[in-house]
Amino acid sequence: MMEIKILGSGCANCQKVEQMVREAVGEAGMEADIEKVSDMMKIVQYGVLGTPAVVVDGQVKCAGKIPRKEEILAWIGAAAHRP
Amino acid sequence: MPECCVKNAGPGLPSSETGKGNPCRPLLPLLLLPVFALIYRYLESGANYLVYTVFSMDRNAHLTEAVRFFVFEVPKILLLLTVIVFAVGIVRSFFSPEKTRRALEGKPLFAGNVMAGMLGIVTPFCSCSAIPLFIGFVESGIPLGVTFSFLIAAPMINEVALVLLFGLFGWKTALLYAATGLAVAISAGWVIGKLKVERFVEGWVYEIRAARPDIEERKVPFSERIRAGEDAVRDIVSKVWIYIVIGIAVGAGVHGYVPENFMASIMGKSAWWSVPIAVLIGVPLYSNAAGIIPIVQALLEKGASLGTSLAFMMSVIGLSLPEMIILKKVLKVPMIVIFMGIVAAGIMIVGFLFNLIY
Repeated sequence: MMEIKILGSGCANCQKVEQMVREAVGEAGMEADIEKVSDMMKIVQYGVLGTPAVVVDGQVKCAGKIPRKEEILAWIGAAAHRP
Repeated sequence: MPECCVKNAGPGLPSSETGKGNPCRPLLPLLLLPVFALIYRYLESGANYLVYTVFSMDRNAHLTEAVRFFVFEVPKILLLLTVIVFAVGIVRSFFSPEKTRRALEGKPLFAGNVMAGMLGIVTPFCSCSAIPLFIGFVESGIPLGVTFSFLIAAPMINEVALVLLFGLFGWKTALLYAATGLAVAISAGWVIGKLKVERFVEGWVYEIRAARPDIEERKVPFSERIRAGEDAVRDIVSKVWIYIVIGIAVGAGVHGYVPENFMASIMGKSAWWSVPIAVLIGVPLYSNAAGIIPIVQALLEKGASLGTSLAFMMSVIGLSLPEMIILKKVLKVPMIVIFMGIVAAGIMIVGFLFNLIY
């Protein structure tokens, strides 16, 4: 199953991204393991320079910004089609 | 966790798929510019008309002066803010913390501090990202002092502060604030770099082996940058308008009711101690630029001196307790004390200097 992690300390922006990801996954009719990571030690291990960040199947897709919904849909679409 | 700062990471670049649709759509905000300019031009006479004719208020009453100030300044600042935030949103779309890190890698101390200070102004950055950014910079070998120059400049010199300074004080003061703020960021970072304080950084920072992800970078068409500007307006203006309204309302009250020269004895230049006191009060006081600048402007009119006011604003905006609390995870207490002490000293020098010159 697809694994999506949202990295963020818990500020308003990070919560918004988590909500957007959940909506996008639902909209695409897919199942994904969505996890919010707020432990700073874990966040920095991904090497991101800013939060919120989105990690799909271990790959950092964006960091330090709120992505657009279309972008999230494109990431999960691409991840679903990967063999 | 404190609320994200005003100058936040904000919305990122939109996806390329959103650029479809009406090809003229991206140019729409640009067409609004002349309309804004026209409103701006007639704002003062409009406000006067509203207060003196429509409300038919007494020209000499304190209340009239306060109301007129409010009715004129609020739309003026909001207009300016919209235009500037839009422009800055476009400029920021050319920068990212990743690019800034690449630019700073391998730079020697002083040149690195200068660059870090300037990049701190334009790179999108939110204080809740202070830790990942700090670790990411230190991990890739950027000196501590250079990293600090970035962390000082980023919150201190932001577009909201500059808009308010420009709108309420004039362009000279806005420029003065930006230049001296940059000088404080560069020199404080340089001094910290010279002090060799690496031992005061928490050990785990150096032990972490962070990955270095490749975030896809693609060519961004200009229409997307315009959308980034629009997003910045929506995001920032919706967050700060209320502080601006409250700040200007308090400012208007001071403006209309506090007697002339009331502040001269407390915040005037003859009182040398006013600068350190202003900084001492300013550091723990956590407010954003939008709330504090209109009040300071009103105080300036009542006899506070420019140096003291600048020092106060810088310490409120640039040095915030919540950010220090965030940074405590990566910095030991002596480092926090050294950091705050050096920046506060820099701000005080700015204050004394301007009290001396003006």
